[in-house]
Amino acid sequence: MNLLNIISSIEKIDPEVHDRLDTRRGAMQQFAKIGGKIAMAAVPFALGSMFKTAYGQSTSDISSVLNYALTLEYLEAEFYTKGAASGIVPVGTPAVGAINTIRDHENAHVAFLITTLGSLGATPVSKPTFDFTAGGTFANVFTNYDTFLAVAQAFEDTGVRAYKGRAGDLISNHAVLTVALQIHSVEARHASHIRQMRKARGANVKPWITGNDTGGIGSAVQANYNGEELTTQAGVNILNFVSASAASESFDEPLTANQVLAIIKPFIV
Amino acid sequence: MDNKNTLLPANGNNSFPLPGMLGRRRFLSYLGLAATSATVIAACKKDKDGNNTVPPGSIDLGTGDIGILNYAYALEQLEAAFYTQVISSPFSGMTANEQSLLTDIRDHEIAHREFFKAALGTMAIKNLEVDFSSVNFGSRDSVLTTSKAFEDLGVSAYNGAGQLLKDSNYLLLAGKIVSVEARHAALIRDLISNGSFADSTVISMNGLDLASKPADVLTTASVFLKSKLYAGNLPTS
Repeated sequence: MNLLNIISSIEKIDPEVHDRLDTRRGAMQQFAKIGGKIAMAAVPFALGSMFKTAYGQSTSDISSVLNYALTLEYLEAEFYTKGAASGIVPVGTPAVGAINTIRDHENAHVAFLITTLGSLGATPVSKPTFDFTAGGTFANVFTNYDTFLAVAQAFEDTGVRAYKGRAGDLISNHAVLTVALQIHSVEARHASHIRQMRKARGANVKPWITGNDTGGIGSAVQANYNGEELTTQAGVNILNFVSASAASESFDEPLTANQVLAIIKPFIV
Repeated sequence: MDNKNTLLPANGNNSFPLPGMLGRRRFLSYLGLAATSATVIAACKKDKDGNNTVPPGSIDLGTGDIGILNYAYALEQLEAAFYTQVISSPFSGMTANEQSLLTDIRDHEIAHREFFKAALGTMAIKNLEVDFSSVNFGSRDSVLTTSKAFEDLGVSAYNGAGQLLKDSNYLLLAGKIVSVEARHAALIRDLISNGSFADSTVISMNGLDLASKPADVLTTASVFLKSKLYAGNLPTS
């Protein structure tokens, strides 16, 4: 294995490889010193870890988060586009405007994420084929308005948690991080309004998430809410200041990519 | 609560209440000068740590991540004080539903304020003095208009401050709070005019919410504050 050949190969793809590794000069010198002593089998491992540090949050890491977000936005955009076209939203009520507003935002997010991925030289993932009944769990999603709003609430609250869970992966790219945060809070505004729409139809729900309560939707979406009941933040017990309900409501909790992908899996054919 | 314990590393500030003033005194002492304050400002823009000198009577938010957390703490103090007043002197005609929702929001803002105070410990800025003389707490219109301004401001502040944080743990904490502020903003907007939860005054054609720099946010917030905040040592990128 020839270290210089490897770096030279990378240089053809990434002309800045020397700059990146230069900040790791100490590691390079260390590597050169011990290179002769360690077993050859260990070299690939040492190299991998060195490059991983130098490329901590590379363009490919950033674009994988953006493609993850794009998948969720595809889901929401198609959901509201189909819902708005289905005739399920009561004609002549403010709900029509609200659902259309949310639909337009989700479609704008899809378009914006595709543009952003393109500007990073990355390929946007294609739109999956969706089954909004989730294999029959929400069989009447486009024929029963309350089911439609219940699925909407689950999507919005989960979208908020999904963006929150990946923000840290974008911390090295200020522009992309800010855009992700700007989408994140829009999803929270949507969630708040959908919850108010459900409340107006008799659901026992508030604009914010209390404990891990699904707002009466039930076990089908329990995984979307598990973990929201947290009342300790960074070692501070929020129960010292407010009630348990308020303590959990005042902080929304993240979900990992794996948790989110498991939640949306039934909606993808 | 023992606020002498800090849960945050001392990586952006020190526990001296006015680090800028300390620097200025030392600098003057070194020069042996009795300068006018105008001369001081002109001659001594940086203290011994390279920080900008804090104007007399102002509260320095600090530097680095701690500065950004103190900036958030200042906004939460403002919001908590506002909703405490809203609930203690309800506007005329407040419905039971409105009272319940506004009480929840008050409690959320108190939770945020007390969280920052406890987490920052000795690095926390002091309690701020507010000025709500421009608000008519007896008027639903005045209260909700102010509330809307605070909530949209809070959302834009957290969205704009995320990129100024270095530690992803703090970024996550800010993320946990900003979505709750966005839920508040949407609700308050709907109380004023149903369906305005995310209208084009806050959401761009690309479906993006507002993001504002600390200096711009503090200009708006300063109308409601007797205390003067100094943001000159906050990170700008």
